[in-house]
Amino acid sequence: MKERWTKEAADAGEKLSQQFDIWLAAENIPFVSPEAEALYRERVELYRDAIQMKTVPKRIPVCPSAGSFPIEYAGITWKEAMYDYKKLGYAWRKYHDDFDPDGYSAPRTIAPGKSLEILGLELYRWAGGGLRDDQEYQFVEKEYMRDDEYYDLIDDPTGFFLNTYFPRIFKELGALKKMPMLPPIHELPVIPSGIIPFGMPDVQAAFARLCSAGEDVNHWLAEVTNVSIAQMANGKPSFSAGFTKAPFDVIGDSLRGTKGVLMDMFRHPEELVEACERITPFMIKSGAAGCKAAGHVMPFIPLHKGADTFMSEDQFMTFYWPTLRKLIIGLSNEGVVPQLFVEGAYNRRLDLIDDLPPGKVVWWFDATDMAAAKKTVGRTNCIAGNVPLDILCTGTPDDVKVYCKDLIDTAGKDGGFIMTSGAGVQGAKAENVKAMIDFSKKYGVYS
Amino acid sequence: MFDKLIDAVTNMKENEALSLTQELLDNNADPVQLLDACTRAMEIVGKKFESGVYFLPELMMAGEILKQISGKVKPMIQDQAEGEKVGRVIMGTVLGDIHDIGKDIVIFLLEVNGFEVYDIGIDVPPEKFVAEIKAFKPQVVGMSGLLTLAFDSMKDTVTAISDAGLREDVKIIIGGGQMSDKISAYAGADACAKDAMDGINIIKEWTRKV
Repeated sequence: MKERWTKEAADAGEKLSQQFDIWLAAENIPFVSPEAEALYRERVELYRDAIQMKTVPKRIPVCPSAGSFPIEYAGITWKEAMYDYKKLGYAWRKYHDDFDPDGYSAPRTIAPGKSLEILGLELYRWAGGGLRDDQEYQFVEKEYMRDDEYYDLIDDPTGFFLNTYFPRIFKELGALKKMPMLPPIHELPVIPSGIIPFGMPDVQAAFARLCSAGEDVNHWLAEVTNVSIAQMANGKPSFSAGFTKAPFDVIGDSLRGTKGVLMDMFRHPEELVEACERITPFMIKSGAAGCKAAGHVMPFIPLHKGADTFMSEDQFMTFYWPTLRKLIIGLSNEGVVPQLFVEGAYNRRLDLIDDLPPGKVVWWFDATDMAAAKKTVGRTNCIAGNVPLDILCTGTPDDVKVYCKDLIDTAGKDGGFIMTSGAGVQGAKAENVKAMIDFSKKYGVYS
Repeated sequence: MFDKLIDAVTNMKENEALSLTQELLDNNADPVQLLDACTRAMEIVGKKFESGVYFLPELMMAGEILKQISGKVKPMIQDQAEGEKVGRVIMGTVLGDIHDIGKDIVIFLLEVNGFEVYDIGIDVPPEKFVAEIKAFKPQVVGMSGLLTLAFDSMKDTVTAISDAGLREDVKIIIGGGQMSDKISAYAGADACAKDAMDGINIIKEWTRKV
């Protein structure tokens, strides 16, 4: 068990090249013209060459993290974006048409507000759900798992989420705490007792809520899919597909909270490590499945609490990296390329994380020193980044160009680089986003 | 005994630190001296942070131990004024932003470092900052924000503080995910904390009694 996902599988390379072929083949995309089809493939090749580092790409692929910038740019409110799915689609269309980045960033993170309301989500507040119409949704951090519940999570992660976590974060799903454990239901005499909860009115009401939220999500998904297909048909491959997280962040962000998880390093170190191990297979499977379902290669993985200022190198190597590394190797063995978005900085970590198979990951940095990254992890794997939001929001197009030029000269040298922003570009001046994309496309040509 | 207590706190031995505290109190140790020992322990932890040995987890853990010890000791201090606070700070997350994680960590660390902190909450409009500054009269105003929309909220808040004629009375520090010196200058603040402890150190420097 502990040895799983520590080594690259013999067929990982072959699986990855099959996955690249699927992405490049772009089957089922109704291209609007032969030019659009050629452009799509050319762009996929830019990413492929940047990632695999076998050949220098024709030019640097350029794709800022759209974040919620399309909402502001289209002049709609957050509430409209989360409740009126046509308007959400309009905003995303407009952003991609007007700025023409090399990748399409789907609005999947702009979740449908009605479904969240139906479930009574308490983990976040959003426009229409406790915030003003113009405010972006924000996380409400709490200890949603108590520190004496580690073994409930370790013994049965799925059961813990169903019986304990969901009733705490979804006000309308409290009755899920009555859901039975499933492994005991395996013989005729135990079937009735296992089925009893499904006859209870409150449990049935919870499932009715889930069904109705599911219908709303499907309306939203239909619109999101329409926009995605139309953008791809216009020659823009998705920048990422699928989503997963480092096991430590699942526990630190969503279950125990920042202070909780930092205290647990001293009070419950063994349980914390064990819980990260138990969560790992779920994170590998969900990341790979989401990415492959979209015929893509890069699942998106935001990294939070392993950053320089959150813990020491020793703590990183004890609590954070072992299961993040397993996640990376596990995904890589499935033939996909983890797109590791390092929020904050990894300046003290570059040597520690530099033991991954070559051409198998993208390290996307926010505040990490890109020249240092190029000399370490960047020798064997693609690096991406890192136009800072302070420049994009408060600087001028010339400031942006100066930054991009320097970045291309250092981090972009000889390939293995994707030009992107250090975070979602919400709040940026439109002319700065435009300058970043247009300048980098031109200046980032290799041949 | 005090040395053993300092050793326990600085090495994150929570249970040992708490039982030593109990033992000291049972043996009629001077509660004021006991708290002084804790202050020394926090100084050592702070130094280890400076030299890159300790990180946020140790700062938080040591703070948590200290809070528990104070909880035991403070009721024993009779007829003695509480130790003089080293400075007064107002902390709030700026308008539009409801994140409190970073703000709460900084407040916690300021408190265990002897500051009197007034937490004015999240999504705080500029006029509330102004009103609270007038009432609380802090030396330092801390503005927190995770989102890029906080850039302009911080700028608006500093402008409101200036317009109210209070800018000369306070030092202003900002902090949060995408904050930088560039944003500090943009907003008209005096400094940007690159992490929680950096913020504590800057505030300590500003409020140091000459």
